[in-house]
Amino acid sequence: MAVITYLEAIRQALFDEMAADERVFVMGEDVGAYGGAFKVTEGLQEKFGDQRVIDTPISETAIVGSAIGASYMGMRPVCEIQFIDFIACCFDMLTNFAATSRYRNGAGVPIVVRGPCGGGVGGGPFHSLNPESFFLNTPGLKMVEPSTAYDAKGLLKAAIRDDDPVLYFEHKFLYRRIKDEVPDDDYVVPLGKAAVRREGSDLTIVTFGAMVHTALDAAKQLEGDGVQAEVLDLRSLAPLDRDAILTSVAKTSRALLLYEARRTGGIGGELAAIIAEDAFEYLDAPIVRIASEDSPVPYAPPLEAAFLPSVDTVVEGARKLVKY
Amino acid sequence: MTDKSTLNADEWRVADPDRPSDQLAREQLLEMYYFARLAREVEERLVILFRQSKVIGGLYRSLGQEGESVATAYALQRRDAVLPLIRNMGAIMTMGVRPVEIFRQYMAKGTSNSRGRDLNIHIVHMPASLRAEQGAGGPREPGATSGAPALEDDEPVIVGPISMLGDSIPVAAGIAMGARMRGQSRVAMAWIGDGATSTGAFHEGMNFAAVQKIPLVVVAEDNKYAYSTPISKQMAITRIDERAASYGIAHELVDGNDMLAVYDVAKRMVDAARAGAGPQLIGVDTMRMQGHAQHDDARYVPKPLLDQWTAKDPIRRFRQVLNDRSVSSDRELDDIDKLAKDYAAREADLAVDEPMPDPASVTRGVYAGDDYAVPMIELVKSPFATVLAGLKTRPTPDDQGTEDL
Repeated sequence: MAVITYLEAIRQALFDEMAADERVFVMGEDVGAYGGAFKVTEGLQEKFGDQRVIDTPISETAIVGSAIGASYMGMRPVCEIQFIDFIACCFDMLTNFAATSRYRNGAGVPIVVRGPCGGGVGGGPFHSLNPESFFLNTPGLKMVEPSTAYDAKGLLKAAIRDDDPVLYFEHKFLYRRIKDEVPDDDYVVPLGKAAVRREGSDLTIVTFGAMVHTALDAAKQLEGDGVQAEVLDLRSLAPLDRDAILTSVAKTSRALLLYEARRTGGIGGELAAIIAEDAFEYLDAPIVRIASEDSPVPYAPPLEAAFLPSVDTVVEGARKLVKY
Repeated sequence: MTDKSTLNADEWRVADPDRPSDQLAREQLLEMYYFARLAREVEERLVILFRQSKVIGGLYRSLGQEGESVATAYALQRRDAVLPLIRNMGAIMTMGVRPVEIFRQYMAKGTSNSRGRDLNIHIVHMPASLRAEQGAGGPREPGATSGAPALEDDEPVIVGPISMLGDSIPVAAGIAMGARMRGQSRVAMAWIGDGATSTGAFHEGMNFAAVQKIPLVVVAEDNKYAYSTPISKQMAITRIDERAASYGIAHELVDGNDMLAVYDVAKRMVDAARAGAGPQLIGVDTMRMQGHAQHDDARYVPKPLLDQWTAKDPIRRFRQVLNDRSVSSDRELDDIDKLAKDYAAREADLAVDEPMPDPASVTRGVYAGDDYAVPMIELVKSPFATVLAGLKTRPTPDDQGTEDL
C-alpha cells in the first residue's frame, strides 16, 4: 500500500498491464519521449521502447482507427487523446465502427481510449469537455470515470483487460489533487459497478468523477442541517449500475443527480428516466438535477465558476429536495 | 509458359524475368480470368434476386471493375489482409470467400457472416487463433448449410467495407502494424475510391502508415464518379496516384482494365511493402459502368464516356490476351464462363431459402460474453482447382498451381 496521486495510479496501471501482457501498447500524441501532455505516460517509452509507446501524428482518427486494426490482430491498444475534447475528431471511428464491430461481424475491439476530461482548471471551450453523453446513446461502447486513485488504477486495468472498447475519462482536476491508498498488488475495479462513498438516509446524490468530491463536501455541510446524504459514485457510465441506483433511491426516497456536463441531454436525463421508470413509487419528491449551464465551457474564472456545479449549488438543491 | 514464337507482336512481348505476370503459370492466368468472370456472374445472379425482391436494400455492381479487383488481390499471399470496398467483391472471392456467403449477406440471412446485422459484402474473417483470443468464434445459427471449418494461421484477414469512406485506411494500417507487432508477415491491402480519397481519414491513415513504414498497399480506384460527383469536383489533380506524393511513398498509375498490367504493379508493390519499403499506392484508371447502385440510372454520365470504356471491358480484354498468347482457346474460356455462371447459380440456390435471423436475437452480440458467437465463414482454399478438374484440361508439368493463394 502506498499513498499516490490519481495521475500516478493511471500511470501504474499502464505500466503494470504493459509489463504483464506484451499485447498491450500505448499510442497517442506526445506520449513517448515527452511522457504525455500531463505526464501520465512518463517513463513508459524508456521502459518499453518506441514500438510499444508510439508517438503519433496529430491524427485522432488514425490513432483510434489503427488501434482498432491492431486489436483485430489480437493487440490491446491504449490510445491517449491529449484532451478528451479531441475525441470528437474520432467520433466516427468510435461510434460507427468500433462500437458496431462485434455486433456486425463478431470482431471484438478490445481497445481503451483514455484522456483528460473536465473543467475547473481554466481550460476554456476546447479543453474542458465532459463527453459522456455523446456516447451514451451508442451501444457497444463502455465508459468509465474514476473519482479516486484506487479506482483510477483498478478501472484502467479492468478496461485494458475487457474485450470491448472502453472510453476511460480521467478528470484532469483530480490528477494531482487527489491522493489515496493504492495497493501495489494486482487488482481490478470491475466495470459496471457503482460504489457508495457515504451512507445516508435522507437523499441520494448520484454522481461520478470530480463531482464525487463536490458531493462529499456538500454532504458535510448538509450534516449541519441534520440531513444525511448518501453519495453514490457511478464509476461506470456504460453500463450503468442500475441496481445500485435503484437500491439507494429506494432507501432514501429522494434523488439528486449531479454531473459536470451540460444539463440538457446529459446523463442525468437517463438516470432520471431509470428512477422514474423503476423507482417512482419510492420517491417522496421530484428528482433534482444539478449540472453545468447550457453554454460552451467558458474560460475566465468567474465565468467558469458560474458555469460549473459547486458545493453551494448542490447544498441548495439538496435543501430544496428535502423540504419538498 | 507459352512459346514466345506464337506471340502476337501487338499484344504480347518477350517474357521478362522481372515482369511478375510473365511468371504466372497457365493455370494462374486462367484462375484470374475465372475470378473476374465469377464476380460478374455472382452480380448478375444478384440482379435477378434483386428484381425478385430477395435482396434487402441496395445492390452495388462492380461492372467494369472486376478485373482490377481480382488482379490486385491476386498479388497477395493467402495470409495477407484485405479491406475491400463495395465494388471489390472480386477481391474477396480471390481470397477465398465463397459466393454463398455474399448471397447470404445480400439476402440478410441469419446464417450469414453478420447474422443479418449488416449488408452485402460487409464480411469479416479472422484466423481462428485470433478469434479464440477475442472470445469469439463458434457455431452457426441453426439452419446454416455448412459448419465452421478448422482454420490455420495462414488464413486471410478480411475486413469488409466501412461505409464512412476513408476509415478503412487507418484500420488497414493498424492491422498491418498489429501483425508486425506479433511477428507475423502480413501485408494489408485496402481499396478506396476517388471520392473517399478526399476524406480526412484517408489522409490520416496514409500519413500514419508512411511515418511508421507500415506494410500497406492502397488501391485507389479512379472510376470517374463518386456516386454522381465527377472526379473533377473531387480533386484538382488528374492522376489519382498523386494523392500519395505528400506522404513520401511509392505510387504508380495503371490502366485498371488491363488485368496483367494491374497485377504487375500490384505484385511489385506488395513485394516491396512486404520487404519493408513502407506503404505503396496504386492508382487505378477505370470506370464504373453502372450507377452507384441499382436505383441510380447514372444519367449524369455522358454516353460517349461509357462507350469508350465499354470497348475496354477488362474481362473481354483479358480474354483477348489469353487468346493471343495461346494460353487458352475460346472454347475453353466459354467453358470457364459456364462453370462460373453455374457455380453462382448453385451458391445462390443454397442461400435463398435459408432463414432470416431470429428477431428475439436483436440485442445479442453487442458486447462480449453474452455467448452469441458469430459464424466463421468457410473459405475455399483453391476454388479454381475444382474448376480445372471440371475443364478436363491437360495439366502442365511445371504447374505452380495456386501456391501463392
